[in-house]
This record gives sequence, structure tokens and C-alpha cells, in this order.
Amino acid sequence: MSKPLVVFDKVQKHFGDFVAVKELDFEIREGEFLAIMGPSGCGKTTTLRMLAGLEAPTFGEIRLNDRVMNDVAPHERDTPLVWQSLALFPFLTARENVEFGLKMRGVDKAERKERAFKWLDKMGILEFENRHISTLSGGQKQRVALARSLVMEPQILLLDEPLSALDAHLVIRMQAVLTDLQRELGITFVYVTHSQSEAFAMADRVIIMGKGEIGQIGTPKEIYRAPANQFVAEFVGRNNILAGKVKSVDGGTARITTPSGEFTVPTNEVNLVKDHNASFVISADLVHIATEEPDGGNKAYCKLISEEFVGSMVTLFLEDAQGHEFKVQMQERELSKFDLHSGDEIWLSWDTQSAHVLNES
Amino acid sequence: MKQSRTLNVILGLYVVLIFAFVFAPIIFSMIFSFNSQRFPTIPLGEFSTEWYAKVLADPDIWKAARNSLIVSCSTAVIATFLGFCTAYSDFRYNFRFKGPYLALILLPPTIPLIIMALAMLAWLSKIGMSGQLYSIIIAHSVLTAPFAMAVIRLRLNQMDPDLESAAWNLGGSEWQTMRHVIVPFCKPAIFSSLFLTAAVSFDEFAVSWFVSGLNSTLPVVVLEIVQGNIDPQVNAIGTFVFLTSMTLVVLAQLFFASRQIKGMHA
Repeated sequence: MSKPLVVFDKVQKHFGDFVAVKELDFEIREGEFLAIMGPSGCGKTTTLRMLAGLEAPTFGEIRLNDRVMNDVAPHERDTPLVWQSLALFPFLTARENVEFGLKMRGVDKAERKERAFKWLDKMGILEFENRHISTLSGGQKQRVALARSLVMEPQILLLDEPLSALDAHLVIRMQAVLTDLQRELGITFVYVTHSQSEAFAMADRVIIMGKGEIGQIGTPKEIYRAPANQFVAEFVGRNNILAGKVKSVDGGTARITTPSGEFTVPTNEVNLVKDHNASFVISADLVHIATEEPDGGNKAYCKLISEEFVGSMVTLFLEDAQGHEFKVQMQERELSKFDLHSGDEIWLSWDTQSAHVLNES
Repeated sequence: MKQSRTLNVILGLYVVLIFAFVFAPIIFSMIFSFNSQRFPTIPLGEFSTEWYAKVLADPDIWKAARNSLIVSCSTAVIATFLGFCTAYSDFRYNFRFKGPYLALILLPPTIPLIIMALAMLAWLSKIGMSGQLYSIIIAHSVLTAPFAMAVIRLRLNQMDPDLESAAWNLGGSEWQTMRHVIVPFCKPAIFSSLFLTAAVSFDEFAVSWFVSGLNSTLPVVVLEIVQGNIDPQVNAIGTFVFLTSMTLVVLAQLFFASRQIKGMHA
């Protein structure tokens, strides 16, 4: 395991009476691609701004390479940020924008030019070097913004929802550009976003934040398959959440009674106690559908409410007799075998091992 | 669409009338400045440049023109500097009593000029600074700084608030950021403000008349001539003053317009 580059040690941020960040305790490892994801207002951008020195923590310490950064002015740090608004200087050309940081640092003209050329070339926008920012397209501006930060050759690059203004097809292309860059340069990327697809597609580790707190830190797969709590399970979406009481615990599995029926779940590391409340999730893509009642196992009889197509994937929204919502995600070609219409009733089932018990908090 | 055509004709006529009302006196003054007769009557006499020749030969008028030039240039620089500082402090900082602070800064143009002029004279003579060229510069700077502030503040409104933080983030200190980001961004507004305040100062009469003492500016000299007798020299000077002010205002507008167009692209 690589050593931590950045440490957030019990960091809090208050704006007057408003607590933007409650308590952050986490590490950023050297060379990793870390995404911080959460709904708007969860404190993710504040966290990034604290790292860049644009906000000072109210309590706690932020350390970069073991140095306490709390009182270091933003211009004395080496933490370039790629802004959501890009914040390119409109009165400068593409190359002058890229050279800006070097100029501030007192790098001489010849070297500035050389390094700017190198990065403009690397980002594939050398031909636009003398163009003014207002004449560039969204994707080209994005590349100028990246070059402007990367030309500083930092240890860590901060990105604040940099792709949110781009068209969908450009987002996919820029994701590839970003991951390739990160692997090639081996520097740490801290990427703030509200988009699950962006975070999961690019990051080595993801931090899910909600209401100024960390919901979970883990690899995209851990978070997707094994959300730590209800907030994460709901935020990550496309999960079926069932809540009930523990009926019995038997070795590695437990029986949980919910209004929608009785189900078997693996206990994992969660300490389940008989008669206590418990909830569990099943990812929507791990639920099977059938027209005939399956023999045994976990099952629910549901009515189809609606369907949602996203390319080749379909999400079915269903409801059981108690009105509990279920979601099923499957390939469109699988679904077409069933010839379903809304209002049709079908059986859902899932393997015991697909369920994941949540830690109640 | 016939009705709207009639309406257009009426509106067009209305605009022509307004312009005629505003510019007719100036145009007549220009015409009479080339008239050989001493009295402004019709029919006109012959075309003549004798009044211009007389004006150019008068050392008092040269001196006044020089004074006007010094005053308007100095005023433009001082007022624009003050306006920039207040606009930036309003843009960047939040502090107690910011409301009253801004109200005080924007107050001078709302005070009747004659009151302003009297107050300036009383104050400056009290502290022994009246009757000098710099007295006019001080008074004019107070008078025109709010215009400079308004023009520059508007420009700052168009700036992406992240721009300044971005410069710090890239290693620029506060002063470097001021020099390399804020000032370049405000440049069109700064030029616009320089021309505008110079124009206002150049043809301001009341305050100059009160505080100038013996160092009269062009508008003050014009009044002194007119008080004595009827002299077509005044028309010649008026034409010159008018053209100078108009040029400055048009230049200010050009910078203002180019800024708007650029703003739209950004």
C-alpha cells in the first residue's frame, strides 16, 4: 500500500452557524485516482477548496507530505485545480493561459514557452496556441484548462466537476483522456463529482459524501455491491432496499422478516441480533424475473409499473402487494423474451449471496 | 403593417426633433464661429476664420486651454484610480457599513453643482488650498470618481468570480493577481473611464469657476468674455470645447461597446 500523500485529520468547516463539513478523517494515497462523490451541498467542493487553500478548516488539520497546510496561502501551495467553470483567462490566448502559472512562479520566458508547447501538444491543441479562449470549443477549453494545471507538474491535481459542462459524447472521451493521463503521469488525482458514472468509470477509490460526512470509502465495486449504509445504498441508486426484523441467525446466514416476505441473507461481518431491526440491499442487476413461481429461495411477486431504457439496458420498476418498490436491471434482449406490459405480474428472485446486509447507524 | 409604418414615421420625426433640440444651439454656434459679422444675426455675412485667428492669438486663451488640459488629464487619472479601488473593494470584500460606504462614494453627482462648488470653495479656502490649479483637480476628482467607479464595477460584474482564485491557485500572489488578472480584465473599462472623466472635467464650469481663482479653465474664460461684451470668439472656443468633449465621450463609448461585445462572446 502506497503511503498517504494527503491526510485529513478530523477536519471540520463551518460557515457561521452552517456546518458544511462535519468531520473528515481520511487519507489520499500517492498516485491514486480518488473521486469524491455526493449530492449537491454535501461538502465535496468545500473539501476540495480546503485542499487548495481557498477555504481554511475551522477545526482539524490537513497535511500534505506530512506538512500541516492549514495556514499556507493558496499561492504557496502546489495544488492546481481544474475549475467547474474552467476559469480560463479570457484576455489571454491558449498558450498564455498555459504559461500563466509558470510566469507567476518566475520561470523564464524560453522555458515557459517550451513547457507550454509540450503540454499543448500532449493535450492535442497545439494548433490553437494563439487563439483566444472565446474562440475555442468546450472540449478545447477543457484541454487548455488541463494543460494550464498540468504544466505546473504538480504531485496532485484537483478537479472540480470539470466535465459537467460538456456534451455526453465529449464526457466519455474526456474520461478516457483523464484516466490515461493519470496512469501515464502517475500523479494523484482528486476528482469531485455528483456523477456516479464519472466517478465509477475513472476512480481507483471513491468517497461517498452526504451532509458533510463520509458515507463510505472504497473501490467502485465495493461501494456498488456492498454499500455500507442506507444513505450510500440509496445514493448509488438502482438498489433494492428491504427493511425488517431478524427472525433467526444461523451461522453465515440469517432470516429477515419484512412486510414483503421472509428472506435469507448472508450476515457478512455485520452482527445481526434476533428481533433487532435490519435492512439489506440487492443490486437491481442481480435480480432475475420469471413468469412461473420459482421453487424456494428468495422471491417476491410484483406488478410491473414502468420501464426505463438506457441504451441496451432496461430498468423495470415494480411494486409488490404491499406497495414496496423493486427495481430490476437487465439487458433489453433478455427482457424481450418475456413480452411484458405494465400491469403484468411476475416473480422476482435472487441468490442469497446477492443480498448485502447494511450496517445500521 | 401600414399602421406600424405611420408609427415608425412619427417615432422617427420625434427622434429628429429631440436631436434638433439638443444640437441646434451648438450647430448655430459652430456656424456663427465662421461668420464675418460681429453680431449673430441672419442673413449671415461672409465665411471667415478671423475669430479663430483671434482666439489663437490670445495668450489668455492659450493659458486657459493649457489649464483645462492639465486639469482634465490629472482628473481622469486620479478619478479612475479612485473609482477602480472602490469598485474592486466593493467586488471583493464584505464589511460592516459597506452600504453607507458605497452611498457616500456615489453621492457627489446627486448634489447640485452650485452647492458642491460653494462647499468646495469654503472647504479648500479653509485649509488654504483654494485658487490653485490643483484645487480644480481635487474638486473634479471628487465629482467624477463615481462615474469611474460605476463603469469599472459593471465590468467586474462580468468577471467569473473563480478567475481570481484560479490565479492564486496557479501561484500568483494577491499583487500579481491584481496586475496580471484584474487590471487586464478591467482594461476596456479603465480606458472608458479615463475618457469619460476627462470629458466631464474638460467642460465642467460651475466648480471650476468657484475654486479656480486666477487659473481659469476654458469654460470659465468663455463666461468672462461673454460677461464683458458680445464676441464671436466664444463661438470658436465653444466649437473647440464641444469637439474635444465629443471625441472623448465617443472614445469612451467605443471602449464600452467593444467590452460589451467581448462580454457576449465570453
